[in-house]
Amino acid sequence: MAALLESLLLGKLGTSKALVWLKHKQSSKDQPSCEPLLQVQRQEFVSFLLNFLRDQSSHTLTHGPATPAKTPVSSRSAARSTRPSSDRGCRGGRGSAGGGTGSRGTSRVQLFSPAPSVSPLGGSQWEGSAAAASTPSRGELSGVSGVSSPSFSSVWSPAPRPLQADRRSTHRSSLGDFMTTSPPEMHPHSPAMATGQQQQQQQQQHHRGSGRRRSGGSAGGGRPTGGRGFQQDDSSASWERGARRGRGGRAGEAVSPPTQVTLNFNNLEDFPPVGASQHASPVLTKPSRRINPTPVHSERPHSKPTGCFTSTPLSTPCSPPTIPEGALFVGSPLGLQEEREMLRKEKSKLQQQICSPLKPATEPCTPTKPVRVDPTAAQDPQAPSPDPSKVTLTSELDLLAELYCTCISENLVPNVFLELFFVLQLLTCRSPPALEGEQDDGLCGSAQDLLERGYFRDVHNCVYFAVKVVENQFELVSHLDKCTVRLLAENERVGSFAPALKDRLALAQDTSTAKVSPSLPSFIHSVPFQPATDNRSNFSSDRAFHIFKKQRDIFYELLRDWEDFHKEPGWDFENALGNRIRAMVSLQTAAGNHAHFARLFQKQLVQMCKEPGARGSFGEAPDADVLSILGADGLSRLKRLQERLIQPQGFMGPCPPPSFPGHQEFFRDFLQSASCCQLNQHLKDGMCQELLLLDEVSILGAPAGGSGEEEEGDGDMDQQDEKQRFSSVLLVARLLAKFLGFISFLPYHTSDPPSKEIQEAAIALRSKSSPVLDVCAVLRSCVRRRRLVLTVPWLVEFLSMMDYTGPYLPCFRAALGSLLHLYRRMLLGRGAEVCYLNQLLLVAVLGWLFQIPVFPEDVVFSEELDFGEETLDSSQGLDSLPLVDQQLLYTCCPFLGELRKLLAAFVAGSTAKSGGLLRKITPTSAEPRDPPTTRSQQKLQMELEQAFFHNQPPSLKRTVEFVAERVSSNCVKHIKATLVSELVKGGERALREALAVDSANVAKLNDTICTQLCYKGMQALETATRFCSEKGPEAVRVLLPEETSPAVLSTSESITTRLATEKACTWLSSNITALIKREWKSVFDRVMKTLPSPPPPNPEVPAQTQAQTPTDTQRGGGGQTLGEKDCPPECTHKAPRASSVITDIKEVLSIAVGPRAEDECCTIQQLQALLDRAGETLQCRKFLSVVPEQMLVRCTIMLACRLVSGELPLAPPMDSAGIRGVLQQLVHLWGSSPLPSLPLHLLFASPTLTAVLTHTHTDNCQNFRVLVHLLLEEGLLGKEDVVTHWRSLLDLSWTMESIQKIQELSISSVPSASVSLPSHRDLLQISQ
Amino acid sequence: MRICRAEYKTIARYTDQLRPTRQCMKMLKEKFPNHSQSTLLSIFSLEYQKRTKRTISKHHAPDAIEAYYQRYLTEAKTRPSSPVLLEIANEVDLSPALLARLVVERFLQEQQSTAFSKQILNNMLREPSLIQDLPLANHVAQCTINDCCYGPLVDCIKHAIGQEHEVLLMDKLMEKNLSFLDENQLRAKGYDKTPDIILEVPIAVEGHVVHWIESKASFGDDHSHRTYLNEQFWSYWNRFGPGMVIYWYGFISELDCQRDRGILLKDCFPSDIVTLCPRMGQS
Repeated sequence: MAALLESLLLGKLGTSKALVWLKHKQSSKDQPSCEPLLQVQRQEFVSFLLNFLRDQSSHTLTHGPATPAKTPVSSRSAARSTRPSSDRGCRGGRGSAGGGTGSRGTSRVQLFSPAPSVSPLGGSQWEGSAAAASTPSRGELSGVSGVSSPSFSSVWSPAPRPLQADRRSTHRSSLGDFMTTSPPEMHPHSPAMATGQQQQQQQQQHHRGSGRRRSGGSAGGGRPTGGRGFQQDDSSASWERGARRGRGGRAGEAVSPPTQVTLNFNNLEDFPPVGASQHASPVLTKPSRRINPTPVHSERPHSKPTGCFTSTPLSTPCSPPTIPEGALFVGSPLGLQEEREMLRKEKSKLQQQICSPLKPATEPCTPTKPVRVDPTAAQDPQAPSPDPSKVTLTSELDLLAELYCTCISENLVPNVFLELFFVLQLLTCRSPPALEGEQDDGLCGSAQDLLERGYFRDVHNCVYFAVKVVENQFELVSHLDKCTVRLLAENERVGSFAPALKDRLALAQDTSTAKVSPSLPSFIHSVPFQPATDNRSNFSSDRAFHIFKKQRDIFYELLRDWEDFHKEPGWDFENALGNRIRAMVSLQTAAGNHAHFARLFQKQLVQMCKEPGARGSFGEAPDADVLSILGADGLSRLKRLQERLIQPQGFMGPCPPPSFPGHQEFFRDFLQSASCCQLNQHLKDGMCQELLLLDEVSILGAPAGGSGEEEEGDGDMDQQDEKQRFSSVLLVARLLAKFLGFISFLPYHTSDPPSKEIQEAAIALRSKSSPVLDVCAVLRSCVRRRRLVLTVPWLVEFLSMMDYTGPYLPCFRAALGSLLHLYRRMLLGRGAEVCYLNQLLLVAVLGWLFQIPVFPEDVVFSEELDFGEETLDSSQGLDSLPLVDQQLLYTCCPFLGELRKLLAAFVAGSTAKSGGLLRKITPTSAEPRDPPTTRSQQKLQMELEQAFFHNQPPSLKRTVEFVAERVSSNCVKHIKATLVSELVKGGERALREALAVDSANVAKLNDTICTQLCYKGMQALETATRFCSEKGPEAVRVLLPEETSPAVLSTSESITTRLATEKACTWLSSNITALIKREWKSVFDRVMKTLPSPPPPNPEVPAQTQAQTPTDTQRGGGGQTLGEKDCPPECTHKAPRASSVITDIKEVLSIAVGPRAEDECCTIQQLQALLDRAGETLQCRKFLSVVPEQMLVRCTIMLACRLVSGELPLAPPMDSAGIRGVLQQLVHLWGSSPLPSLPLHLLFASPTLTAVLTHTHTDNCQNFRVLVHLLLEEGLLGKEDVVTHWRSLLDLSWTMESIQKIQELSISSVPSASVSLPSHRDLLQISQ
Repeated sequence: MRICRAEYKTIARYTDQLRPTRQCMKMLKEKFPNHSQSTLLSIFSLEYQKRTKRTISKHHAPDAIEAYYQRYLTEAKTRPSSPVLLEIANEVDLSPALLARLVVERFLQEQQSTAFSKQILNNMLREPSLIQDLPLANHVAQCTINDCCYGPLVDCIKHAIGQEHEVLLMDKLMEKNLSFLDENQLRAKGYDKTPDIILEVPIAVEGHVVHWIESKASFGDDHSHRTYLNEQFWSYWNRFGPGMVIYWYGFISELDCQRDRGILLKDCFPSDIVTLCPRMGQS
């Protein structure tokens, strides 16, 4: 490997040959001309090259401001595995946890993470489980020792790969061997050796814990992690701060022999996760495939690749004989003294790094105070700015760049964007340590030295190389978002190294046509209740129905609680909600409601999480006022601004582990706490179904022919819709796939990777049952139907959730191989059938997948599995449609934003360096362009519209959107066919007329007519509006169910009209001119060709295209006939309310029953007024229901009782006429309207009569008689009724006196009835 | 009428010493002349109910009932014309209507050893003349008529008020040509939770989208609002999205803090209503 590179560098081997070889397909074995090429596997060379570059730049990059600590940080795997238990640290931006340090650590890790994956050893180690990947790969050794010994073949001899468990023990036992023999262990007896050993062991442990990704860091050999980027919980963060503080000024110590110190470094800084990762890193027991001896020789490139790309010396012991001699001696020339020197340097670098600005954004001042530790490596605070003239080794760098670029272009690297990130890191690297590198320069005599030369020794070379690569990868770079491109274009280094590139970038930035469609963040967060699916008839029993009612409320309560509290320190999901969740879930087990709840859960998940980065919660909505100021068009900007303010420049690295941002966390934790297999099964069913539905969704492309420009223009509008639809489908599918994956692999998730035996047993066991999703079939189908752009991103999400064993199951293994194959074939810009951005998305997501912790590294650098060329369907697939835009790309791959952050951080750092201020966002108040009311009104209207659809059946919205889309499209077609063609005809006439007069000034004539036509063309908007207002409602009326209420119908019609009009007008206003011009041009050309022309045809009046007035839609509202029950026709419903009249009567009654004040009394007038009101109340039925009505009537009767009994104190001017008047009024009241039932028996009840009889007032009896008379007169009482009442009265015991009085009363009230009384009287007398 | 929490507390504290009688209501009105009578009554009623909930078990103890009953018998005999039952109620700080209920219940137990139904008891309270014992009937009537927080009359008034305001609300909606489904229609469709009103086409009130409206003919205090939130408002939100609650008799202004989350409080029918006018054009 190294030899190959050497021969290239020496010019022994033609670059072009190598490039051809690199580009050539895998199968090509016929490369007879170049011997080294024959011997080297392409992938191995790639991994070697990547390692080499990483290694070369390793020390340069440590000083960069944005360069995160270079460590084998276990961040990703650790973050991933620990997330389930507590993720709080990470919230608010994945990976940003722990502040700048942590995240930077991550990114550095990620920078180097590919190293391990490159490791062929890794490949070989794992290949047993995957029969396919049998590539012999001992590249790690080739990296290490092969340099000196070109006999690669022996190095790669595929030694029997130890089983995982074995391997671990092998590691241990072999470690010693290795130490004694291999370069890093050159001083077995020195104290440093002990250190080294420990170090190694720790590293080993560490690597075991962190997997391949960590090993990259060890390239830095014991550099501090500077944070792991994961779980930077407070303690570890503060620990780091402490560490930094503690070391800040210990410059002198650095010089001293770093025995103890070094150990500490490695314990605490480089490998703090050793302890921590016991909990944090699940990968802990994973046998390390690469022990990275501390690269004591930072300047010795041979050992570097080992560090970088993890090629572990592990296997060395297994096959000691195969180790080429050279490998053993590599380090030996270095003496102990030198070794110490190395260590010292390492240490000093470390310290510099610790003190170097770690948080460019959050600690803007740090870049200005680099702490100089090592006097020799003293760093000029004013770092040398890169200078093109100081670049050395230009031709070699060119060659390297070319090789590197080819690897990138050919997708030979495991992750294109990771490389881009690396390149940008090089571009933005800080002043490298002015190491004694110069002296190395002269030493490059031998082949070995060739690779040792410091190609990236100084910033000049780094930048030179980076700019070269960027230049080469211009197309890729120019497809990044505008901001990144701008930052790159404005980058001073790019400017000075490649002015032309700068200009191209500037241009690219201007032409960047990314359409960022501001989508209103959904503000409704609940799943609407739909009778069709949610009412009683959908449940097996009343109980189930009611339980689900409860569950729905509990579920939302949990959600609200989570929103309110989850960010509070010390809050723990399981503690706070676990029991409530399980109680709720167990309710549904009892009721068999899982299907219902799963549906709710899934819908709610989609509702809340479909928009990535959507607002954290409805409680923390962006300030309503701000929104109203900004208006709809400002929403997306605000969102971005908010993101930046909330999470300023937090680095998460170019390959963050899968995460559950925002509300997704709730849903994940919910499932974990619920741990309910029934629920999970239902969810799996539901999600799987939904996913496959989404996957099948048909997205229409531009009209198939795409022939005429005209058509193309039209297609634009439809494309927009389809693009949006695609985007929403894709995002939902990704979300569902992630959760489907989460649930499917949940049972197998372990915090640590299983041991080899366990894993193999698990593989054997699990490969028997079929997985929830037939990934391979889905993949094959999408390849066949050319729908990669939709299917692959969600498959990637699904697969990213795999547990450690998952990738080794045959089905997933095959799928991963296929994906790798796809990735390799997906050469950017060269897939004629696939749009560039579509490709970019696929490459980005796949590259990401290849970097996540569970992804088996052997796959990445294995020669991929080819699942054969599928026969492609003839039908048009999605891949060739321009469906992905930058917004979608960045939404799906937020890690692409890291590139921008890197560049921005550089800007921040560089200005700070030159005394300037950090580029800051200075909040300024927005100048509302329209009166704010309009804006907030607009926003409100949009919300209302959203709200309107919320509680309607989903079909309503679909119908409206569909109709609007079709109508607007038809509208445009219509206008083309009518208005435009009329206009052009008219223009043609005018042209001919004008030409007849004067054919000299044709060009001017052309312009004039064209301008006129375009001006007239503006009436198209008006026409379009008319067209849409006519056709839209018509169609909607036909399509909606007949039962739709008038209000809903008319609103739907109006929304349809608006949507259609808006769409049509938007398109027309931006395209009508072009359309007319185009049409006109063809007419003009035709006319000019046929000159001299026949006389113009008869003038035609352009028909007014659409003269119909829009039909009036029915006005909404007023469907109900409520309240108008039985009121008199002219009733104004102004009557007093029953409640108030009853209250007033109650007041009077309580005066009557006492206790009352001495002077409390009522006037006749008061009573009359009260009764008037009662009468009115009883007349108007609008507000009156049965119960109050009865009570009111009862109250008036009670009032009558108290009145005739004399209990009600009346004000002095009282006469019998007055009372009589009131009684008359009462009777009239009772008689005037048909009342339900008059409890008139109350009048004859004993308490009343007793009162009548006992109160001494003489008028009492009189009043009573009058009342009874009036009732009889009015017909409210029959004589028989009265007699009955009297009789029943006599059943009671009365005093003689009373009976007499009663009799008197009865006789006087019902003369004819008195006849029957005496007998009773006798009876009474007898009884007494 | 929005009342800040501090002021509400002042009023609530004052009601602590009051009894649910006409006279006490008068005192309350005089003390807080700036508040409407209905608001004050509603607050008093809420506070009194809380007080009752706290203490009712004490009064329901068998020996307490017995004591009340015996004392009533004695005093009714010695002072037949005095409002003895009412006096006892005020003295032991129990709602007169509730005391009347206890005593009638006890009386019925004594009268007929056979089991009596709740129905009979309720009827007797509603129509004391059904009570065989004339003095007791009078005393019961006195209690139920005077009580301004409990009793059949008050219950009916509350019921009427609630219903009237619902009608009022619908009336206002129709006045504004806003189309809606009422509770009965919703129930017929099988909705499991039904607010008073669901708007077929949502509106916006003071910048907040409103899907449903719940009418509460009472004052919104902390306790009742919390209960309503848990039992009703959030349930509505969970199903229908954001909505509005009208506390016709006012509420503690601090409670109106969930607007952004989708629950808006009002003390009257809003005047500032924005309707969906799709034709207006939006962007």
